[in-house]
Amino acid sequence: MQGAAAMREIAVIAFAQTDHRRTTDELSEVEMLMPVLHGVLEQTGLKTADIDFTCSGSSDYLAGRAFSFTLALDGVGAWPPISESHVEMDGAWALYEAWTKLLTGDADTALVYSYGKSSPGSVRDVLTRQLDPYYVAPLWPDSVALAALQAQALIDAGDTDEPALAAVAARSRTDASANSHAQVRGSVPQGDYVVRPLRTGDCPPVGDGAAAVILAAGDRARELCERPAWIRGIDHRIEAHGLGVRELTDSPSTRLAAEKAGAFERPVDTAELHAPFTAQEVVLRKALRLGDDVRVNPSGGALAANPVMAAGLIRIGEAAARIHRGESDRALAHATSGPCLQQNLVAVLEGDPR
Amino acid sequence: MPEVLKAPLVLEFPFTRSLGPVQSAFLTGLRERVVLGVKTGDGRTLVPPVEYDPVTAEEIRDLVEVGTTGTVTTWAWNHEPRRGQPLDTPFAWVLVRLDGADTALLHALDAPGPDAVRTGMRVRVRWAEERTGAITDIACFEPYEGDGDGDEGRQPAAHSGEFEDMVTGIVAPARLDYVYSPGRAQTDYIRGLSDQRTVGERCPSCRKVYVPPRGACPTCGVATSEHVEVGPRGTVTTFCIVNIKARNLDIEVPYVYAHIALDGADLALHGRIGGIPYDQVRMGLRVEAVWSEGGRYPDHYRPTGEPDADYDVYKELL
Repeated sequence: MQGAAAMREIAVIAFAQTDHRRTTDELSEVEMLMPVLHGVLEQTGLKTADIDFTCSGSSDYLAGRAFSFTLALDGVGAWPPISESHVEMDGAWALYEAWTKLLTGDADTALVYSYGKSSPGSVRDVLTRQLDPYYVAPLWPDSVALAALQAQALIDAGDTDEPALAAVAARSRTDASANSHAQVRGSVPQGDYVVRPLRTGDCPPVGDGAAAVILAAGDRARELCERPAWIRGIDHRIEAHGLGVRELTDSPSTRLAAEKAGAFERPVDTAELHAPFTAQEVVLRKALRLGDDVRVNPSGGALAANPVMAAGLIRIGEAAARIHRGESDRALAHATSGPCLQQNLVAVLEGDPR
Repeated sequence: MPEVLKAPLVLEFPFTRSLGPVQSAFLTGLRERVVLGVKTGDGRTLVPPVEYDPVTAEEIRDLVEVGTTGTVTTWAWNHEPRRGQPLDTPFAWVLVRLDGADTALLHALDAPGPDAVRTGMRVRVRWAEERTGAITDIACFEPYEGDGDGDEGRQPAAHSGEFEDMVTGIVAPARLDYVYSPGRAQTDYIRGLSDQRTVGERCPSCRKVYVPPRGACPTCGVATSEHVEVGPRGTVTTFCIVNIKARNLDIEVPYVYAHIALDGADLALHGRIGGIPYDQVRMGLRVEAVWSEGGRYPDHYRPTGEPDADYDVYKELL
């Protein structure tokens, strides 16, 4: 978003996430979500009644149930009535909606949360239902297959090879050793092909999890957080839905979103990239012109934990948390949705000078 | 903690979709073994065709015919085909740029193994024997060693897009399989029902008893866990008279569907009222659950014969 200087200052002031796990049978969605909602409220000292706007992201197709998000509302104390909205997308897009709400001045604080339980179904098959229903979905190409087509295109273009992809996987899971929430950590075998050229190590773990952040505007953010992570810009862009129309080795939508979010105005020190598949990190690094001096996915990224619908919001939360802790001064966070990086959101976060 | 309940849940639905002029021509063409594309304003040919230019968003309608041979632009070897995919033997997913097209179509390539597949290889359409006007009318692609009648370098030929008996819609069946678990709170509730007991949960903060419990207080947003048995009697707080018979439902209409505040609960649940003519049901009526033999939840609620509850007793539960 250009002209950011003239806009209201808005920051991420708190972030919480669950321990991401392969299954959470014993928990309903709201039971899984409540600890993270309480987590961000406790960090800020806010009560649910202090939140001006609430926005969530989730998917009925994961839950196998219509209007599944309404049940999760019990966790935020939706009675008496609250100002609330929902996106059937990753929570990063819910954060975008909350950010615009705060920009209007209608709200000073916002609670954003998202969650996904992939364990009840087969997420590879579930995600086929987001594809073009006329030409593509009837063929049931699963999410790994589509990512594998992109990976092969990159290999053919000379942008990467299988050892380089394995190195991305290894670096991510080694970094995740320091992330107690991650599902896959440490040294993990690269494994067999799932859909060639992608091996198990190139693919994200399937798991359940949730995340929440609180946004606040201006002085309210300074009151509630020692070092707010100011959102200097956010933008999101989309590619043509036809896979065969797109240049799979590049991500012009990510580059454009980054440009509009102001990412290229000054270097960033940290980038949290939502790249569920190793090859997608190669695409994103190129699109975002990230040099080797940028710390990419210190959390381990989506290769270490990929709760569908929350993994993008977690990228923003992880980037913000590094600023809160003073480990970053200017960070980029990226979220994606759809096959082969179809939709991309980029946020630029900054801490006050120290 | 007792084991959490789990059960298979299958969602199946046939999506009936209508086709616009471009998709109708393309899918009808497949039935007739003709592959159509569409021209964009800048002269590119999109296959499969779309109604709006992906760059300019302008409406596009100029149909052209392209070849049934083409070139693989990228591929991925799928050694374990999944349900619904085009082939049930190992195959390659491919993006194929058909001769005369500028974009690629996603489909399956029947090949003996990954060593037989490479980007740039030549392939041709293998038509399904029975074609209905769907993307699956292309059964798959197969390797094609051009012997002179290939169409590489061909120019797309103008096509009216008109065929006899145009396909104007498709039915796209979808099926997803889940193993559903309701979580701890609802598991406890369902287990209680199997003993013909109705168990709610009390909020530690506002002390209200919720039934059925979902593990959270919707007012306070905190976890609930204290079990409270409610009922078996309760009070009708409000009701409606159902006059339309639902399919597969063996209940005579009209019947009454009501909100019932079980004794001890702070939230009404709903159920059918039986054992009393529909036009005699009223707010305040005292009722109790009736369980059918082997039933896992109350079949309906019937009057207890007690005097009606005073309005003030249940007015907060409406």
